[in-house]
Amino acid sequence: MIMLEKRPQPSQAWTYATPLLAVLLTMVCGGLLFAALGQNPFITIRTIFLDPLFSEFAWFYRPQLLIKGAPLVLIAIGLSFGFRAGIWNIGAEGQYIVGAIFGAAVGLAFYPYESFIIFPLMVLAGAFGGFLWAMIPGFLRVKFGTNEILVSLMLVYVAEQLLASMALGTLRNPEGMGFPGSRNLAQYPSATSWIDQSAGMHWGIVAAFIAVIFAYVALSRHIFGFNVRLSGQSPRAARFAGVNPSKLILICMGISGALAGLAGLFEVSGPAGQISIDFNVGYGFTAIIVAFLGRLHPVGILLAGGLMALTYIGGEIAQSNLGLPLAAIQLLQGMLLFFLLAVDVLTNYRVRFGKGGIV
Amino acid sequence: MTEPLLRLDGLTKAYPGVVANKDVSFDIGVGEVHALLGENGAGKSTLVKTIYGLVKPDAGTMTLEGQLFQPAEPRAARAAGVAMVFQHFSLFDAMNVAENIALGMEKPPPQAEIAARVRHVSDQYGLPLDPTRIVGELSAGERQRVEIIRCLLQDPKLLIMDEPTSVLTPQEVAILFETLRKLSAEGTAILYISHKLEEIRALCDNATVLRLGQVVGTCDPRATSARDMAELMVGTVLHVPEKAARPVGETVLELSGLSAPAPHRFGTPLREISVAVRKGEVLGIGGVAGNGQDELVLALSGEMKSAPSMITYKGDDIGHLPPNARRKIGLLAAPEERMGHAAAPDMSLTENAILTAMTRQDLTTNGFLHWGKAKEFAKSVIAAFDVRTPGPQNVARSLSGGNLQKFVIGREIMQAPEVLVVNQPTWGVDASAAAAIRQALLDLAAKGTAVIVISQDLDELMEISDRFAALNEGRLSQPRPAVGLTVDEIGLMLGGAHDMEVAHVDA
Repeated sequence: MIMLEKRPQPSQAWTYATPLLAVLLTMVCGGLLFAALGQNPFITIRTIFLDPLFSEFAWFYRPQLLIKGAPLVLIAIGLSFGFRAGIWNIGAEGQYIVGAIFGAAVGLAFYPYESFIIFPLMVLAGAFGGFLWAMIPGFLRVKFGTNEILVSLMLVYVAEQLLASMALGTLRNPEGMGFPGSRNLAQYPSATSWIDQSAGMHWGIVAAFIAVIFAYVALSRHIFGFNVRLSGQSPRAARFAGVNPSKLILICMGISGALAGLAGLFEVSGPAGQISIDFNVGYGFTAIIVAFLGRLHPVGILLAGGLMALTYIGGEIAQSNLGLPLAAIQLLQGMLLFFLLAVDVLTNYRVRFGKGGIV
Repeated sequence: MTEPLLRLDGLTKAYPGVVANKDVSFDIGVGEVHALLGENGAGKSTLVKTIYGLVKPDAGTMTLEGQLFQPAEPRAARAAGVAMVFQHFSLFDAMNVAENIALGMEKPPPQAEIAARVRHVSDQYGLPLDPTRIVGELSAGERQRVEIIRCLLQDPKLLIMDEPTSVLTPQEVAILFETLRKLSAEGTAILYISHKLEEIRALCDNATVLRLGQVVGTCDPRATSARDMAELMVGTVLHVPEKAARPVGETVLELSGLSAPAPHRFGTPLREISVAVRKGEVLGIGGVAGNGQDELVLALSGEMKSAPSMITYKGDDIGHLPPNARRKIGLLAAPEERMGHAAAPDMSLTENAILTAMTRQDLTTNGFLHWGKAKEFAKSVIAAFDVRTPGPQNVARSLSGGNLQKFVIGREIMQAPEVLVVNQPTWGVDASAAAAIRQALLDLAAKGTAVIVISQDLDELMEISDRFAALNEGRLSQPRPAVGLTVDEIGLMLGGAHDMEVAHVDA
């Protein structure tokens, strides 16, 4: 009989080992899945997890990793504050879209005027847009006790409609022959987030690294991070410690919204280039997985963002080279989260084999 | 002697790192009232959980009426005639009495029949209870009656009661004892767990004393003094706190007409509380649980705000100040619930030290935490209050209840407060630790701190208070000097036993 026994203390070792174990289990079960699809499991796993880094075309894939990973990390860092405090903003996708719209709108308003001030203004506008969109569920929760999960999620669909309307109407490129979509910001020197396009370097990547450092310091050294952790673990103890729950909800929603908005702005002014109907590709949702895969820890999120980007790029290679269906790749990503949550139990419990207690 | 009702023979149960019960053997006779004594962590709970089928022993046997008794689950124990009233009630606030009782039954009969049976049993044993009332509106004493009647409906042979009097007024205790004596006279055995020794002396026929999981003695409680029993429990000579004579200074904290709505549906609103507390005095506030104690602590700690002028501190209005602003000026509080309120279970003791000591111990600069300083502070609390733990890096939930209590009370005392409010400072703490906490509170008062002790343990309040007041339905009685108060007077202050009656079937 297998028994689970609660540990007196969460295991330090397992806290670090569970994500690795989850990745390993995903590779094993993913391999079995690919074998069942008639593929060589070893080649498939190698294609997904190693080829983007070490194959002969790695020079092309590595910058792609940065481009894919940066928005994930940036959004996930923001979400991690709220998730630690028990505030569930799952509408980062919407905040990402609105941030992109706000930022792009500021940039487009200046076109074709060139100035070093344009991009910083766009950054502020992008962060503000995401912040504003996140304040809607935050404010409703604080004022009327609505559920921030539902409200933030529903606002994603509102944001998508807004995006479509912007791409087709207000922000449409006047010289675009009637095609939907805005002017290309990546080709507007004062408004682009690219630092070096061939190396995959844009300001979003820089911002992601800065966010990781700031989050690390805030969570481990600052009273704000302490209050966030305290509120998530014991809301009553947090009140006793003097934390104002409403204020904390607004701050956490604000941070996650602003960072998601920033991610949207960097994306629209760099890799995506323009506001278009299909501008968003689900970074806001995938970032939730990244946040948990990284154990809500800033460094963990950085690694998890890299891993998630790897499965995206590797998945694309596997699709084009091996003809794997997209669904199989998505299944693999889902598996990763599933195994992570499943083996998480080992952090707080120890497994004992043997007979149960005597009757 | 005739065949005992229940015989325990060599019961042993070990958990990782601790032996909860070691070779425990004793008998309970038919109709006997048997006391089980012991400090917290002595293994009393494990033992009764074993009898009730919640815990399976590693070794040893139980014999009920000559038959081997191995309950695999509480249902089996109940079927065999063992019933238990837990210290913490398992009742649903939003349902009425009869519905709550039906929930515990295998095949509940119709509501009307349950109601009739509840009325019959409550009448027979002098436990007045209206089966149609909503449990959330009942007092703690009445809730306990629901639990007792739920047990009595099963017609038990053995009734286990875990700390039943901790929530009752003296009058309610007297009524409960009448009921128990009558049950005992009818042949129901009672296993009575308590650490209130005077009660045990008044009620029980035999007592078994546990220490560190082992039986260390048995005695006849009627022939043994409370002090001797206490020393048997603790294993050492007890130190009784000394109340030194001390000058009482000017008023530091004053409540004037403090009123506040109930913070949640089943809370108690505070009504017009007025009292002044002076430097160097201990104000004891008694009362049955659920009469506004939690709310009063929330209002004083700053978790619940009131109109500014309702609370004044050294002449300044502070009713609107948040917790840390109050800490800064010297008003500290320790709430009753340790896990999740006074301390965060999954955080280390160092982090839990930061929880309230951040302001007064200067543990932050511009919001940045001084981990080293916080750790030192946690260490000093651990050392000064004899908290048994490997170190401040351990999480709060790894400590036993009594040890964590020492930590959270010590954390406030070590910050040298000018006013300290504590709720149930020794709840669930063993006798020697409780004495140490009381002594620390008295020492603090001797240094000029005004101490407000809220407790349901009247003996404790009488031991350390200079003045005594009672909370009843959110109202505070006029404080009176503690010296010379009789039990009857205290009982009347607590609200009396307005709806109680003595069992009126002759025992």
